[in-house]
Amino acid sequence: MSIRAPRKGENYELSVDLNSEYKEKRKDAIKRVIASMTVGKDVSGLFPDVLKNMQTDDLEQKKLVYLYLMNYAKTQPELVILAVNTFVKDSDDPNPLVRALAIRTMGCLRAEKIIDYLCDPLQKCLRDENPYVRKTAALCVAKLYDLKPELVVDNGFLEQLQDMIADSNPMVVSNTVAALTDIHNAAAAQPSTSSSDPALFTITSQILSKLLIALNECSEWGRVAILNALSRYEAQDEKESEHICERVVPQFQHVNGSVVLAAVKVIMIHMRGIHREELIKQLVRKMAPPLVTLLSSPPEVQWVALRNINLLLQKRPDILSNEMRVFFCKYNDPLYVKIEKLDIMVRLANDNNVDTLLSELKEYSSEVDVDFVRKSIKAIGQAAIKIDSAAERCVNVLLELIATRVSYVVQEAVVVMKDIFRKYPSTYEGIIPTLCANLDELDEPEAKASLIWIIGEYADKIDNADELLGIFVDTFTEESYPVQLQTLTAVVKLFLKKPDSSQGVVQRVLNTATKDCDSPDVRDRAYIYWRLLSTDPGAAKAVVLAHRPPISIPRTTVAPALLEELLGEISSLASVYHKPEETFVGRGRVGADSVQRKVDIGEDQFSAQKALQTVAAGQQAENLLGEHFHIISLIFLMLTLSSLDFDDEPAGEGQPSGLAATQVLSSTPAAASLLAGTSANPLDDLVSIFGGSGGSLASPPSTSSFGGMPSFGGGSNNDLASAMLSPAIPAMSPAPAVSPAPPQQQAQKPEEDLLGLF
Amino acid sequence: MISAFFIFNQKGEVLISRLYRTDFKRSIADVFRIQVVSNSDVRSPIITLGSTSFFHVRINNLYVVAVTKNNANAALVFEYCYRFINICKSYFGKIDEESIKNNFVLIYELIDETIDFGYPQNSEIDTLKTYITTESIVSSAIAVEESSKITSQATGTTSWRRTDVKYKKNEAFVDVVETVNLSMSAKGTVLRADVDGHIQMRAYLSGTPECKFGLNDKLVIDKGERGSSDAVELDDCRFHQCVRLDEFDATRTISFIPPDGEFELMRYRSTSNVKLPLRVIPTVTEVGTSQVTYIVTVKTNFDSKLSATNVVLRVPTPLNTTTVDCKVATGKAKYVPAENVVIWKIPRIQGGQECTLSATADLTSTTTRQVWARPPIDVDFQVLMFTSSGLIVRFLKVFEKSNYQSIKWVRYLTKASGSYQIRF
Repeated sequence: MSIRAPRKGENYELSVDLNSEYKEKRKDAIKRVIASMTVGKDVSGLFPDVLKNMQTDDLEQKKLVYLYLMNYAKTQPELVILAVNTFVKDSDDPNPLVRALAIRTMGCLRAEKIIDYLCDPLQKCLRDENPYVRKTAALCVAKLYDLKPELVVDNGFLEQLQDMIADSNPMVVSNTVAALTDIHNAAAAQPSTSSSDPALFTITSQILSKLLIALNECSEWGRVAILNALSRYEAQDEKESEHICERVVPQFQHVNGSVVLAAVKVIMIHMRGIHREELIKQLVRKMAPPLVTLLSSPPEVQWVALRNINLLLQKRPDILSNEMRVFFCKYNDPLYVKIEKLDIMVRLANDNNVDTLLSELKEYSSEVDVDFVRKSIKAIGQAAIKIDSAAERCVNVLLELIATRVSYVVQEAVVVMKDIFRKYPSTYEGIIPTLCANLDELDEPEAKASLIWIIGEYADKIDNADELLGIFVDTFTEESYPVQLQTLTAVVKLFLKKPDSSQGVVQRVLNTATKDCDSPDVRDRAYIYWRLLSTDPGAAKAVVLAHRPPISIPRTTVAPALLEELLGEISSLASVYHKPEETFVGRGRVGADSVQRKVDIGEDQFSAQKALQTVAAGQQAENLLGEHFHIISLIFLMLTLSSLDFDDEPAGEGQPSGLAATQVLSSTPAAASLLAGTSANPLDDLVSIFGGSGGSLASPPSTSSFGGMPSFGGGSNNDLASAMLSPAIPAMSPAPAVSPAPPQQQAQKPEEDLLGLF
Repeated sequence: MISAFFIFNQKGEVLISRLYRTDFKRSIADVFRIQVVSNSDVRSPIITLGSTSFFHVRINNLYVVAVTKNNANAALVFEYCYRFINICKSYFGKIDEESIKNNFVLIYELIDETIDFGYPQNSEIDTLKTYITTESIVSSAIAVEESSKITSQATGTTSWRRTDVKYKKNEAFVDVVETVNLSMSAKGTVLRADVDGHIQMRAYLSGTPECKFGLNDKLVIDKGERGSSDAVELDDCRFHQCVRLDEFDATRTISFIPPDGEFELMRYRSTSNVKLPLRVIPTVTEVGTSQVTYIVTVKTNFDSKLSATNVVLRVPTPLNTTTVDCKVATGKAKYVPAENVVIWKIPRIQGGQECTLSATADLTSTTTRQVWARPPIDVDFQVLMFTSSGLIVRFLKVFEKSNYQSIKWVRYLTKASGSYQIRF
């Protein structure tokens, strides 16, 4: 039977055949109907004809008709009634396969009219003597709940399911658990559900012991369902947690990867309740080999396992400490597996294995897939930053890679070198000439920006720095914005370090950036530098050449609370994406009442909500950093506007008119309050002008409040402009000489953002 | 759980579509076609759009796709997809567009039997074959007794075995099959060598036999309990669901009631003391930009009574190769331009022997000189009666009520396919 191309009047032909007097012809016609249905043709018009073929001894034909019904029952609710009789009769058939089939199909019909007829047969089938029928009926309750929850509650099906957990057949138990969990999830998703709703499936210690017994006997999929239920159980005491772990550990040896991961999940959750160090050690040790074995599964399963191993390593970095070799990429691994393996290899890197890792990464750098090569080179840089003692070897490998002169390899290596320079300032200056020699090969903005940053940073040690930067200044307007920003900063650095030789180039870049550049970011930064340089070179030095905090590789990529939550959901989509469920399952679940309920659950349960907030707060902070820069720029812009002659030489702006500035500022209410001195925190008010929330910004100490502001830097500009300027400067610069101690910590971030901008 | 299950062909046409929950319309299939099938740059097996996630597995130009709308168990979904593929292979011999189209009725029966409301159900191939067959079953009074037997088997504690199995001759065949994975660096150091082994058993035993299985005396399973250096160490092992895991955990005995017929009893992994049956020593030199010369020697590393068969070496050549001149004393070697490799096939190498290939590849000159990535040399082979891990089956005991005698056969095979790689 093949899928045929559409013909004219096909439905008519089918209907004739469906009514044929020959049995074989009718069956063949049904198959053709199903074939059309599969390819998406509308055969709903044949409903009555198909229905006639429902009464049959042929089990295969019956299944086909049922398949048709499941697809079209919704569109023909009136006609479905005609099928009810057969269903009810079938559910009484002496053959258990037929009984199960009838009850399975009825649950899938999803037509209002038929539901009421479903309850009686379902009642009977739940008590059927045959376990196959019972396990099918158990799931049918979940289907019914999905359609009409009241009906399930009213008919007492929930109580029956609760009783069936004690069933003698393990498959019935596991399907019952699956059904109860499904109902629980559906009920929990409803905001109106109270905590005493009968649909919620609470696992008591009686249920626990039954589940533990069934666990060893049921099918692989059943084990996953039961293990999932076990992970939701809240252990009463430490002894119980230990007991659960002991019973679950043998599941690590199961051939099905999802059973292994489900067992890992249960262990990770119940291990929280265990305090005996040696037992925890033993459990973790037993967990490692099965995890490694998952790497010989098919690539998709492998990938899921790798993503989860990545999470587990963030919680317990020692878990696979001696197993780095198994994560080496095979040449024919799919890219998504390779990239995940790279990440894990860097996590596992330590003093002892870094040499093997480096030679492996070097090998990868000569492969064909550009993405993979880049990631491998990045990994070299991460290894260098992670392990201090290996940094030199990493740099040597990078130099070897640069020597290959393959464009994308060189570019990525330069980007990585920039990070190494940040971590180990002035350690590897010797290689700068090699990097600069490759200047012409760089065509990607990130690589260019990185090299420019390096040149700017070490401008005093590079003899021809002005020459090199001059190349970029010449092509300034053609470059992309990140490169422009870097060029600007680097030239200013150069000027501050070697003022004599670079007067011309800094003039040129500031002119081009303020006049010919269409990006407000670049232009505003140029204005800031210009103003800084012209008013107070000392302050400029403090800002531009400030000491940068060292970078490090974070041990975790997710917030601690989120990590705990994800470890409780191992092998689920959330753990694969490393994101809480709410971020990709949109059901409007994050309502106020759901937050309330989650808090009710208990303090030591890390609620998803909390994790979400953490994430949100992080994002907000990021936004603020960005905003911050704009705000500062805007202050400068205002100042510039307030000066009488816009196009004047910077030096000419030495005495901006204080009155004009006042007028501009007082036109906004917040500024008015600022001028009136009602707020102790001028920056807050400025922020409020631009709609940001100032609370989490670096708040200047009270000494820098508006009124009591001492003169800044040189002390000659004791006017409004400098008073305006000074609260902003401490916020963006950690320069100890200028700003008082308290804001430094917070202030470093915006500064880093401002200058790093990578 | 799984809300919908699809099979697409390479063009993105729907071959099989089954919706389990109402949260989807059939048109969801179009979304997959646009986002995955016609997208040339798919870099993850799971695609999430909005709150819908598509899990896909590619096999022989088919897409096996499961769709979910909640925080589904990703490992379970993929394991199910692969189980489905195995079921199809076992039923139709292969899985491709043609076999799916020709058997779509059977496939609908199979997926409805193995998933209910999105939850995977019994998927033991042997059991499925008893009641889902290519010939139609007629439900009549006679079949009733039979079906209740089937159903109790499908749900029971030994869902994998019928009770009324009878054989005249009671036999059990044990095949120990090991796949060696090797990655060797250009300098000849072993970067990674491990063995994926599985023990395949064919049991033709009457009644409900209780089997006990014994491996090497010096077997160490679990690296913590360090054994002596000559011991066979298994890093990890996994068992068919018939093996009592709790018993293994407590006393390290492998005891089980086997399914009837063929099944995989055990899978294991070993990384220590791996014996490499073949050693490949490549010398590859790039002569200027126009030539590459190869001398590749294969040495055997096992007893002279044994032999390696079906040895296939795939020696990569640069992309701009025009012709390759190969000289071999044993086997046949030829250049395959489509794959940029020289394929050297040796039907048999006796233990203690060695073979050499010498070849010269001529290259065309290219304007942009790109560095040759030098992919590794890949070796496929089979060695009978040899295990890389050193694993040996010591005994297989069968106990049955009727106390019959049974004959047991053990075979060993070590092979490599696609993951025995030597860099140069």
